[in-house]
Amino acid sequence: MDTDTIKIVRMLAENVDFFYGSTHALKNINLNIFKNKVTAIIGPSGCGKSTFIRLLNRMNDLIPRSRLAGNIMLDGENINEPNTDVVDIRRRVGMVFQKPNPFPKSIFQNVSYGMEVNGIRDKNVITEKVIESLKKAALWNEVMNRLDESALCLSGGQQQRLCIARCLAVEPEVLLFDEPCASLDPVSTKKIEELILGLKKEYTIVIVTHNMQQAGRVSDYTAFMYLGELIEFGHTEKLFTVPKDKRTEDYITGKFG
Amino acid sequence: MNKKIVQGLGFAVLYLCLAATLFFLGTIIYFILVKGIKIINWGFLTEVPRRAMTEGGIAPAIIGTFYLTLGSIIFSLPLGLACAIYLCEYSPTGYIVNIIRLSINNLAGVPSVVFGLFGLAVFVKYFGFGVSILSGSLTLGILILPGIISAANEALLAVPQSLREASFALGATRWQTIKKVVLPSAMSGILTGVILGIGRAAGETAPILFTAATFYTRGFPKSPMSEVMALPYHIYALMTEGTHPDKQTAIAYGCSLILLLLVLSVSGLAIYLRQKQRGHAYGH
Ligand SMILES: Nc1ncnc2c1ncn2[C@@H]1O[C@H](COP(=O)(O)OP(=O)(O)OP(=O)(O)O)[C@@H](O)[C@H]1O
Ligand SMILES: [Mg+2]
Repeated sequence: MDTDTIKIVRMLAENVDFFYGSTHALKNINLNIFKNKVTAIIGPSGCGKSTFIRLLNRMNDLIPRSRLAGNIMLDGENINEPNTDVVDIRRRVGMVFQKPNPFPKSIFQNVSYGMEVNGIRDKNVITEKVIESLKKAALWNEVMNRLDESALCLSGGQQQRLCIARCLAVEPEVLLFDEPCASLDPVSTKKIEELILGLKKEYTIVIVTHNMQQAGRVSDYTAFMYLGELIEFGHTEKLFTVPKDKRTEDYITGKFG
Repeated sequence: MNKKIVQGLGFAVLYLCLAATLFFLGTIIYFILVKGIKIINWGFLTEVPRRAMTEGGIAPAIIGTFYLTLGSIIFSLPLGLACAIYLCEYSPTGYIVNIIRLSINNLAGVPSVVFGLFGLAVFVKYFGFGVSILSGSLTLGILILPGIISAANEALLAVPQSLREASFALGATRWQTIKKVVLPSAMSGILTGVILGIGRAAGETAPILFTAATFYTRGFPKSPMSEVMALPYHIYALMTEGTHPDKQTAIAYGCSLILLLLVLSVSGLAIYLRQKQRGHAYGH
């Protein structure tokens, strides 16, 4: 028996198809996301990576005329059942988006927002958590003296780390990162990668990345997607050294197209 | 032709248009100012009219216009905002929503005197509010409602979807997202709608003609059920009734100037608030 199957599955996609209107964006995706592991999703632009991870916290509910078929499970429960609480799902499955999207509020308020909407009132608890989250997201040193300034005054990379801090502050169980380092310099990227490796102990992480080295450095499993299909999924080492599919090989060796 | 010349010509046309607009605005203000300033003094602003409108001040009309405008905003802002929030944030795009949008746009095109008749039939007669501040405010409120809705609607649509997503992804409910993220971001646009609404409500004559306004009251309105004097109607009355046209015309220009200043200062205040609010978002 493959060792994968005895690992604990945190999230699972089962025969997932997704449509934007008549665009068939995801085609029969079957994928396991293992607990306390980092799963990287790679693939060329437009292959459906963002679409897929946005399904994991029901973010695509907000898109008009979109349609989902198949099951997405979180800890054995179908997250799209009519009686599941979508607000609860989204709190448990946190997300950092491809483009930084800080609120037009202060740096502090950006991080405290998630706690406030989840009913945490204690000022001390909030302040401590804000500081802790900013530290974890490797942003604290840069903003400690200007927590009351608008988040929109931060640089793009700082904004993205703020979004990461904001996400961590609500202590989700699963973290979805959609190209979190796309607008970061190598130093911040390294910090984020270290953060991801550190968070692995407590969280289950899915990361979309265009950077093969990054996928290699941070992930335990890698999924390669192409034109809306999941072409290959497996241990990162195996997938990068002995890809089973020709398309995977071409992509990771940069011979694509 | 050289593209620099084309650009130069383009800018020249734009400047010309700008200059023409400023010219008209300037002339109107100048004209009203020159004709109206002579009569304005402290007494004109604080006293009641005397001798069949040929002497005294216009204080009751200023107060009346203030009440009517305030009343119309109190009525139309919550309703318009709720309507816009429903249309933008809750309703799925579809058939019914399109009909609602269409009706709102049509409502905006209804002539104001028709609103006046509607107000007379419904508020004055049917609900029995009589000719009163209440009836006038409600009528003006309906008149400016479409403007408020479409301004609020546009302001809400201009809030980037990514901000809503950010909020939802943190486990916020729809209502929390609207209250804490969407509305604060849309506030400056909504304020613009309110400013325009105030300007319109303060200046309209026809809707209050049958519902609120009267040519003369003894002293100031005592309750929302009192009939009132109002600046635009007072101007109209001064120019169409009475026996001393020259004296009345002078007062009418005085009224016009006050009305103009009132509307301009409200706009100024709202622009200031908007600027401040915008600055706040960026932390300045
Ligand atoms: N809101 C939308 N409406 C319609 N089509 C969409 C929408 N979002 C994405 N698509 C389409 O779905 C497909 C997958 O898009 P997706 O954003 O998931 O790609 P991606 O793999 O994340 O690409 P990238 O690496 O460039 O971010 C694309 O063909 C895209 O055009
Ligand atoms: Mg993407």
